[in-house]
Amino acid sequence: MKRLLDRLPGFIFLLIALSALSALALIIVFIFYEGIPIIAKVGLGQFTLGMSWAPGKGEFGILPMIIGTVSVTLGAAVLGVPVAILTSIFLTEFAPAAVSRIVRPAIQLLAGIPSVVYGFWGLTFIVPYIRLWIGGPGLSVLAGSVILAIMILPTVISITEVSLLALPRTYKEGSLAIGATQWQTVWSVQLPAAKSGIMAAVILGIGRAVGETMAVIMVLGNAVALPESLLDPARTLTTNIGIEMGYASGDHQQALFATGIVLLVIVMSLNSIAQATLKRSQR
Amino acid sequence: MMRLNPKMTQVLAKALIWGSALLVIVLLLFILLFVLIKGVPTLSWQFLTENPRDMGRSGGIFSTIVSTILVTLVSVAVATPFGVGTALYLTEFTREGLATRIIRFSADTLAAIPSIVYGLFGFIFFVINLNMGWSILSGGLTMAMMILPTIIRTAEEAILAIHPLYREVSFSLGGTKMQTILGAVLPSALRGIMTGVILSIGRCVAETAAVILTAGSSLRLPESVFSPARTMAVHFYILVREGISMERAYGTAAALIILILIINVGANMLINRFVAKNH
Repeated sequence: MKRLLDRLPGFIFLLIALSALSALALIIVFIFYEGIPIIAKVGLGQFTLGMSWAPGKGEFGILPMIIGTVSVTLGAAVLGVPVAILTSIFLTEFAPAAVSRIVRPAIQLLAGIPSVVYGFWGLTFIVPYIRLWIGGPGLSVLAGSVILAIMILPTVISITEVSLLALPRTYKEGSLAIGATQWQTVWSVQLPAAKSGIMAAVILGIGRAVGETMAVIMVLGNAVALPESLLDPARTLTTNIGIEMGYASGDHQQALFATGIVLLVIVMSLNSIAQATLKRSQR
Repeated sequence: MMRLNPKMTQVLAKALIWGSALLVIVLLLFILLFVLIKGVPTLSWQFLTENPRDMGRSGGIFSTIVSTILVTLVSVAVATPFGVGTALYLTEFTREGLATRIIRFSADTLAAIPSIVYGLFGFIFFVINLNMGWSILSGGLTMAMMILPTIIRTAEEAILAIHPLYREVSFSLGGTKMQTILGAVLPSALRGIMTGVILSIGRCVAETAAVILTAGSSLRLPESVFSPARTMAVHFYILVREGISMERAYGTAAALIILILIINVGANMLINRFVAKNH
């Protein structure tokens, strides 16, 4: 009896600790359960590779949204990743202590700003200036990329910073001792050594960009058509759900859950790759 | 082509690196100041304490403030015990193994799932299947699942940072496992746990996509957790999307940003004290 009582807390805490797994399982089961029937009805190929999204006519092809998501995300990575990596190098190697004490909380604050505020700021500043200076309607892949580039900064910066800080001091000291400049040390010793950590940071940043909804909804124009240039409007997987979920029903609603399945699969794969890369970097 | 010598590249790289950091700060200030300058003039005691009238065209934002607080309270109240309990299990009750790997994988994956997918799930599960309707409860429970990974991770870090001596003293005085956890581990980790909770509060306040699908967008002052509700972030989004009132949208955004600023400063003060205490 005493033994049983001793074990009781451990058992109760195990049950509590299963909450994360249960939550994950519930989400996957319910999203799949709601979305699978329409994929079965339309056909997986027709659903993921179909070009026409016309819920009124029963046409559910999400290829334009997949391409929208991919182009906006790539744009965000191209614009955001270099700035993020340079900023992490700044924080770990170049910044005076007093400066990094200001910059770090500032980056954390950047992560706390609501995505609707980012979207609105983009709508007010980025969109009109793209229309004015570069052309097109302004509401565009480019505008979405710029906003997402800013939004992924905190994720990419913090993980890159951690992997740079985790390097043994001797790497840096050895390089500096043989007369390399600070930048040569960063470029040919530290960055290559922290490669997998930085890769993971970029992948997690991309995952963040793929999943963002509200900011993108406000600057992307949301047209269901294949964007032909960076200046064309587009629609992503997330915004497809965000825009239509308010009034969808029946097959249409199921098709939005099916869009959610595609989103889940993409984000979970990215996350698994990132975690595996991180594990490798910790060895 | 001219080859740059190492000294030149060092200067160039340094300029780029300082430039990037500067760009990040300038962008942050730009966004903050833009919202504050446009929105603060609208803020007044009346704006904060009056209910919205005429879809938000006039009146204030009182009901949306109450809704934001209630949704946040529900989610934090539900997620904190589960999150801290999970952290305690991972640190105090088990060794690294299959179970901890599965739990950590689940938490990491939950953290990666987009908020719109949480919204879809909360809608079909809480709103429809459990028949809770669009309500503060549905919104709060959905958000609880979303913030769970943050609370687990920060609580785990806080517990791991405790000096082993605390535990050993408690055990050597004849304390049981539970007495040690309640008397030594939790009190010493409290600041770290609070930091995670405050960061999660910030997430709840800022969230839009998941809340709009689960708590709805009713402007009425909620009467209970079963009432539908519109949070400040959702209110701001609807005011902009429908072009109802730009002035009120800016005011709401300013209130939202000020709230986020306060939450961040609070979290930072806790982190700094936490770090100071542990070194």
